Amino acid sequence: MRLPAGRGWWRGRALAAWVPGAAGPAPPPPLPGPPGARALDRLYSSAARQEKVDMSRFPAENIRNFSIIAHVDHGKSTLADRLLELTGTIDKTKNNKQVLDKLQVERERGITVKAQTASLFYNREGKEYLLNLIDTPGHVDFSYEVSRSLSACQGVLLVVDANEGIQAQTVANFFLAFEAQLSVIPVINKIDLKNADPERVVKQIEKVFDIPSDECIKISAKLGTNVESVLQAVIERIPPPKVHRNSPLRALVFDSTFDQYRGVIANVALFDGVVAKGDKIVSAHTQKTYEVNEVGVLNPNEQPTHKLYAGQVGYLIAGMKDVTEAQIGDTLYLHKQPVEPLPGFKSAKPMVFAGMYPVDQSEYNNLKSAIEKLTLNDSSVTVHRDSSLALGAGWRLGFLGLLHMEVFNQRLEQEYNASVILTTPTVPYKAVLSSAKLIKEYREKEITIINPAQFPEKSKVSEYLEPVVLGTIITPDEYTGKIMMLCQARRAVQKNMVFIDQNRVMLKYLLPLNEIVVDFYDSLKSLSSGYASFDYEDAGYQTAELVKMDILLNGNFVEELVTIVHKDKAHTVGKAICERLKDSLPRQLFEIAIQAAIGSRIIARETVKAYRKNVLAKCYGGDITRKMKLLKRQAEGKKKLRKIGNIEVPKDAFIKVLKTQTDK
Amino acid sequence: MALPRARAGAWAAAAKAAQRRRRVEGAGGSPSPAAPSQRAALYVHWPYCEKRCSYCNFNKYIPRDVDEAAMRSCLVTEAQTLLRLSGVRRVESVFFGGGTPSLASPHTVAAVLEAVAQTAHLPADSEVTLEVNPTSAPASRLAAFGAAGVNRLSIGLQSLEDAELQLLGRTHSASDALQTLAEARGLFPGRVSVDLMLGLPAQQVRPWLRQLEELLRRCDDHVSLYQLSLERGTALFSRVQRGALPAPDPELAAEMYQEGRAALREAGFRQYEVSNFARNGALSTHNWTYWQCGQYIGVGPGAHGRFVPQGAGGLAREARIQTLEPDNWMKEVKLFGHGTRKRSSLGELELLEEVLAMGLRTDVGITHQHWQQFEPQLTLGDVFGASEAVRALLEQGLLLLDHRGLRCSWEGLAVLDSLLLTLLPRLQEAWQQKTPAPVPGG
Repeated sequence: MRLPAGRGWWRGRALAAWVPGAAGPAPPPPLPGPPGARALDRLYSSAARQEKVDMSRFPAENIRNFSIIAHVDHGKSTLADRLLELTGTIDKTKNNKQVLDKLQVERERGITVKAQTASLFYNREGKEYLLNLIDTPGHVDFSYEVSRSLSACQGVLLVVDANEGIQAQTVANFFLAFEAQLSVIPVINKIDLKNADPERVVKQIEKVFDIPSDECIKISAKLGTNVESVLQAVIERIPPPKVHRNSPLRALVFDSTFDQYRGVIANVALFDGVVAKGDKIVSAHTQKTYEVNEVGVLNPNEQPTHKLYAGQVGYLIAGMKDVTEAQIGDTLYLHKQPVEPLPGFKSAKPMVFAGMYPVDQSEYNNLKSAIEKLTLNDSSVTVHRDSSLALGAGWRLGFLGLLHMEVFNQRLEQEYNASVILTTPTVPYKAVLSSAKLIKEYREKEITIINPAQFPEKSKVSEYLEPVVLGTIITPDEYTGKIMMLCQARRAVQKNMVFIDQNRVMLKYLLPLNEIVVDFYDSLKSLSSGYASFDYEDAGYQTAELVKMDILLNGNFVEELVTIVHKDKAHTVGKAICERLKDSLPRQLFEIAIQAAIGSRIIARETVKAYRKNVLAKCYGGDITRKMKLLKRQAEGKKKLRKIGNIEVPKDAFIKVLKTQTDK
Repeated sequence: MALPRARAGAWAAAAKAAQRRRRVEGAGGSPSPAAPSQRAALYVHWPYCEKRCSYCNFNKYIPRDVDEAAMRSCLVTEAQTLLRLSGVRRVESVFFGGGTPSLASPHTVAAVLEAVAQTAHLPADSEVTLEVNPTSAPASRLAAFGAAGVNRLSIGLQSLEDAELQLLGRTHSASDALQTLAEARGLFPGRVSVDLMLGLPAQQVRPWLRQLEELLRRCDDHVSLYQLSLERGTALFSRVQRGALPAPDPELAAEMYQEGRAALREAGFRQYEVSNFARNGALSTHNWTYWQCGQYIGVGPGAHGRFVPQGAGGLAREARIQTLEPDNWMKEVKLFGHGTRKRSSLGELELLEEVLAMGLRTDVGITHQHWQQFEPQLTLGDVFGASEAVRALLEQGLLLLDHRGLRCSWEGLAVLDSLLLTLLPRLQEAWQQKTPAPVPGG
């Protein structure tokens, strides 16, 4: 069965799936009944309208579970399109472009934000195979999601662009697969390109991943060249899942989405046992019990089946009302038949925090509802109400990483038409407390500091910690010098440097996360003319000399500008904030001293001089209407200013200092 | 329209004699016998220039040829129409501005003055000012304007540096300007004003002050200091935008202004308004009317006016703008007798806001008597006395509120626009709290 896939069919299903304007290019609807009936179909179970598939005919040995992993734009989604076409899962039309990437942001950025899954039915030499393509998010911000998706697989297709060669993300993805002990099938894509050099890429793969050159499959996913042999390799080189149909149910939740009519739809991989409608299941994480309403496979839309069997991948609906009830990595088992949970479960851990405020407070409720809707499908975003004297009511959001944050923001803008002020991202610092009183107060020795206002003073702390990441940079060697200087300026420690071919270098750095959250990637791209690629993985915490920096206006503290900085960066950051404030604070009738201070020590200062002259020279020819309008508009604006001491500070000044921006 | 030259000459001759007697004493001069609603100043706009100045965004046109007879006839017609509409009995001053009104023929000026004198009372000692561009005004021509009834000249000298004049796109040189000034003083002693600009791109304080000193040795009894404002759409603006010229430095301009004010004070000039300085009582009554929110009638393309159309039964003061483009304006004048493009009634609060913003531009500020003319219910003390924010300005020494009224201090005058941001909202607040006025006679 094929469903007309609107742009929002997957993530946005509850939001925009059947809004006519939201429908992207879609294959013709093969469903019986007029199109108008579809909305109703959705309201009820999709089971009502089709024959259920019997999945018992696919024993584990005829099943292959695999993912495609690749650097941005190397052709992962295009290859997925071809595989779907080849197996007849979707019609072969010109419109199949990134069928699994439904979000506007995914198509625009060439990334996959949300994992997609499709079950492909494939006949080969008289045998019917079930090939489960478990698409993964294309960025390590989502590395936990990637790792959970991979844990449902036995193999991966590692797609590398024949022109660009191995990139930072290729490396990161490879090691995720390697660590999960999956079979890796290297696929060199885009061999049709004029500058394609597949042989060079074969050598890179050999050198960096230690994979023999004869294992590389050279294809053009765009033209369909040699894609058939990819399917052949999937069957031959990827082992079937090692599972037991007769053991009690053990199912991994590797993704979940929310449908406003049916609740949470959990994507599951069955490691053992069988699950069917009516079964009572338990979440190992929450210990809550649910009754299964529907099971099925995805191709790529939901298709109900009688049952799902060990080794198979599909979806399950069981009356869960919130995506946090179906957390990625959780194990589901049958009521009264508990099993050992699958290893590797972690709750989503936000690594980058930013304040989000409506540009205009009257937009607060709209923004609130947009954030609620977006987070319905993304339990990894943490949301806390927050308010700022300058920016009004808003939220402090936690994201898995920078891209995650950008994507979330972009989706708010594109899908909900919300315009927001996003403050400069910060990272979660930690403090190891030495003060007995504080330890008692917090009930723990090590605390995480998200809000700078909670920063405990040095005398009560034995050490401060900051999050670090292991960054991989791949670059043409001519840029190595500049990149090393950039990294040094970012307090990075070099861990490794290898040539992956004659003129490409792979650098590994331990980087404080704080140093890359704002503009590291942009700087790297601009100093390497776009050729260097960067990726990073979580590397825990390290000791750091952190200080709290205050900003003062004529001696008055500005609460919203308190910042935690590394001691070595305090002067630079303080100076930058003072300068930005100087540029955006309007002159007043007295001088304003802008100071950055650590404790009582002033580390940077700027001055906004008093207005010496502010009066229009001439009201020409008696045209005072314009002048009066201007004055009244300014007077109206003045009412809205926040007063710090007797200084009037426009919201713009705070925005200019607080919002995400690249440094000069 | 052919005007009998003898009659125009008659008014002009009487005016000439009166010119020597008359001096404006203090603010506003002696009280006029007519009621405020029956008095007005008259502004006449001549929209043409020879060349576009690089900083000017006024309503002006560089024509290939001007049909002066048609323009003259339309100015005369519109002046008569609007005067009748206003019901004004007495015209206290006439100002010919532009554009470059000194490009118009003295005959045109005479015709307009004569028409005014026929429609309303134009006292022989009324101030009649003509803006003069040095190159278009040889002595003989200035004399002819005098014969036509002009009794005061305002010379757009702008700078005494040839390089700066070139930058401004002026057609004259510094020596042209000084020559015109000398000739003008000979013809209109004590009745000549000069404009000097400050804050030009790359202009420095010391050299500018030397210009001012030079000017003080040569000038008459009235000087205007204007800070250049870069207006969108001008050549200068786009050159600065492109980076071909440095942006004017507001700090330097502020310093020039302060130093300039001090030098003028030293030379015996009274700064009677933000940009205007006079000695020997040579204040401009025409401009004074603007700052005191008196009525004024604007005649000519794009001219602005503020008056009660009493002749048409109107009760509220209106803000009026005439059609901008000269040809369209002329068509309308020929069809309807006037080219008013936009009229909007000024509310009582709006008028008070103008009283406040304009009055504080002067050194006397707003006297209690003056305020009471416009707002009999609320005193200045009622409005501003209790406000915390206003008190801060008084304490800072920027503003004064006393038995005379409300006015800016020397320092306050330079930052008036900032002060108004506190004063205007306070006025609005007081106005809203005011109990509604009893309906007269009701």
